[in-house]
Amino acid sequence: MTLTATSFDWVRQLVHRESAIVLAPGKEYLVEARLLPIARSMGLPDVGQLVDSVRTRPSPESTRKIVEALTTNETSWFRDGDPFTALTSTVLPSLLSARGPAERLQIWSAACSSGQEPYTIAMLLEDALPNASTRVAITATDLSREMVECTRAGRFSQLEVNRGLPAPMLVRHFTRAGNEWQVSPSLRRMVTASECNLAAPLPRMGPFDVVYLRNVLIYFDLPTKQAILRRVRALMRPDGWLFLGAAETTLGVDDSWERVVIGRSSAYRPLKGN
Amino acid sequence: MRALVIDDSRAMRRIVSAALEGFGYETRQAGHGQEALDVLQEGYVPDLCTIDWNMPVMDGLQFVSAVRANPAWRALTLMMVTSESEQGQIVRALAAGAHEYVIKPFTADALRDKLALLGMLPEEAVL
Repeated sequence: MTLTATSFDWVRQLVHRESAIVLAPGKEYLVEARLLPIARSMGLPDVGQLVDSVRTRPSPESTRKIVEALTTNETSWFRDGDPFTALTSTVLPSLLSARGPAERLQIWSAACSSGQEPYTIAMLLEDALPNASTRVAITATDLSREMVECTRAGRFSQLEVNRGLPAPMLVRHFTRAGNEWQVSPSLRRMVTASECNLAAPLPRMGPFDVVYLRNVLIYFDLPTKQAILRRVRALMRPDGWLFLGAAETTLGVDDSWERVVIGRSSAYRPLKGN
Repeated sequence: MRALVIDDSRAMRRIVSAALEGFGYETRQAGHGQEALDVLQEGYVPDLCTIDWNMPVMDGLQFVSAVRANPAWRALTLMMVTSESEQGQIVRALAAGAHEYVIKPFTADALRDKLALLGMLPEEAVL
């Protein structure tokens, strides 16, 4: 362990200031594990020295790297598959009957990481809907510039495609590109990726029919959770659907949502009049 | 749940078996496709077979075809676990009747994700 309490505190404050994400006490191991590759890439022997170096000579580039390393997660395809089953079984049929044939459905993957979630949605829609690429637009956003670039590129390593992507979908929607796999042009056309900090005022987007905001709120304190849910709601259609992570809920956070059970999953819909 | 781990590498059999046992599986092992068919014919019918591609005597693709030719083994879930990573090979294995395909090298998490997709994780491993 190279991280002193002062250094850990400095990292906590930096991450909270830049992203509003709360690093709980006891997460020193996470800071060590995620920041060590950055320390090594800068020729420093450990995380303690990395923190000292950035504290004495702060630069936007190094602070951005630190914040990104601590706020991004390994993701797999069809992660907690139920919200995706709900999309094709219930949400999509309901939206298609409510919208005109020329209306484009707008879906937001609000913490898209390296792109697995938006492309999972795109694959499901392409398999379920003729002309999906002209009927659906998927907005993928993430706090991390690096993750947004990964999503835009739509290229995934062998290890990444092993993580929960069904083999029939891999061969149908990807082509081999050297040691990597490239998503098909039609999926890439459906997905637009950009940087977005959910803890700050949101850019002009939407209005969205469906929002996937999964495993995001868990990182924030209560006032930030409330602010995020309020901003997300403002970008949604009144009859839209919000999916949170399995361990997350609007209950006790923001009472302007109605919880709807769909199979083994829950969705949240804006309550009328709020 | 029971799994038959088929691979000509003893080290790989041990790695796959250990991962599956960690998810609650009871495992048996076979060093090639023919040995695995013999195990099935003896009456040991697992829920899952993990299958390497390149093996002596009978390779993984031949094993998949042999299993699929016998209606008695229709309920068996077949998952290739192999270093063969060309798109055409994945297509061939699926066409022959494999349900899933994991490319080596892989992590235990990758195996778990694929089993979850197939609904093949024992209850205690899901929780």
